[in-house]
Amino acid sequence: MSKEKLVFSRRKLVTGLASTGGLLLTGCSPRDLPPTYGNVLRMGDLLTYRAFRMLLPAHSLAREYSHRDISSSPAIGTTNPGDPHEGTFNAERGPFYDRLRADSFADWRIKVEGRVARPQSFSLADLKLLPSRKQITKHTCEEGWSAIAEWTGVPLRAVLEAAGILPSARFVNFYAYDDIAEGIDMLDALHPQTILAYGMNGRELPLAHGAPLRLRVETQLGYKSVKFLERIVVRDEFDDLGKIGSLQNGWAWYVGI
Amino acid sequence: MAAVNLGEQPSNSVVGHERWVRVSHWILAASVLTLAFSGFVILMAHPRLYWGQVGNDLTPALFELPISRNYKHGGWAAPVTFIPGPRPVVSAARTYNIFNENGWARSLHFLAAWFLVTTGIMYLVAGIASRHLWRHLVPRLGEMKPRLLWHEVVTHLRLPMPAASGGPPYGPLQKLAYSGVVFLALPLMVLTGLTMSPAVTAAFPALLDLFGGSQTARTLHFFAFAALVLFLVVHVVMVVLTGFTRQIRAMTVGN
Repeated sequence: MSKEKLVFSRRKLVTGLASTGGLLLTGCSPRDLPPTYGNVLRMGDLLTYRAFRMLLPAHSLAREYSHRDISSSPAIGTTNPGDPHEGTFNAERGPFYDRLRADSFADWRIKVEGRVARPQSFSLADLKLLPSRKQITKHTCEEGWSAIAEWTGVPLRAVLEAAGILPSARFVNFYAYDDIAEGIDMLDALHPQTILAYGMNGRELPLAHGAPLRLRVETQLGYKSVKFLERIVVRDEFDDLGKIGSLQNGWAWYVGI
Repeated sequence: MAAVNLGEQPSNSVVGHERWVRVSHWILAASVLTLAFSGFVILMAHPRLYWGQVGNDLTPALFELPISRNYKHGGWAAPVTFIPGPRPVVSAARTYNIFNENGWARSLHFLAAWFLVTTGIMYLVAGIASRHLWRHLVPRLGEMKPRLLWHEVVTHLRLPMPAASGGPPYGPLQKLAYSGVVFLALPLMVLTGLTMSPAVTAAFPALLDLFGGSQTARTLHFFAFAALVLFLVVHVVMVVLTGFTRQIRAMTVGN
């Protein structure tokens, strides 16, 4: 590393830490960043988020593996949103999901709305007409295990650009057919490996892994890669997604670590 | 440093630790204890350890620890085969409600890690600048003779222990233990910890090659934790055996 670059990154480090300290107290609009609720653990999460965004290059690619590295993949959390016995069952969307699945998702469409120029919905066929990406990547679960699988899908960026991202947009939120929602910032949303996957290990995405479409965010932990996608909402401001989001359930919003 | 000690007592005594050593010692001690506790809770969620790039309940473990109800829980639906073969690639849905307190445990772990890393860096900078690390912690070649070290071990096993001065200079075993923690175990902890982060390994994939995969890094992280716990136990026992009050005074008020 050149001396100039070292000095630069050190300055970035100092200003980064200083501005994080400032943001914890006053800083810019509180809705621009994940809220801390005055909780010291959430302040630590915010420090990690700010530091990672300051110190790490924006779009470095997660490692991609070869076919022979593909491993077995556990399916955890919701494995069928239509099953009323699941803890995250939603009484309205669950039965609707069941009907869509009975028809092999022929009538399934994903809505893209919020701060986009042309809010619209996409069928699976529509998504498959957009550029596709295949990647063999590692899924890292917060529990401690990991798995390598091949994912086929459309870059989220292509879908968002088809809908026209408004310049003020900063966050992208994902709602599922079960009672799960997650959000990522625009930097991760536009990452080349952030895809909406409809294929896994050369097959249609299996039920337990989020059929018919799931998110893959390769620079964060597994719980950001929402399964059973129903709706994508682009936002200018941070939204903690209430009772179905990670924050109010005691989980960090940014999990690049 | 002399000015710092003025208010306490005439400093003709050589015992005790300098103020920056005392402050960083206790911040690091609190960080390490918090990291050990939260890390153990995190490990309870998945008490299986692996070697290599990946590992999960459907792949073989290096070993498993019986430390939560998740130990060999066996709650899996019938597997579905993706790729058949002698070592088939399968998928299975979990049917068991696991113990998982990682929501707060992970955030607490990283909060403590921030304190460890920032204090650790300041400690190293001050330790190098003041030559404390070189003068007091780095073992000398002459002290590393097997016969001498064996003599030290035997002396340390004999009770009662002679009272210690409560600060440097340190004996050869102390130097080995302290420099092992400062130069080996804690840096290994930080590096293996970062190798489990998907964002950090995307930016620095060399970490994955250095340790041979994030699951290997996780296992090494556990071994380093075990080594640090062993150090902690021996450290506290030695403090008690060599004059508890004097040692605690040396590391708090300074003399």
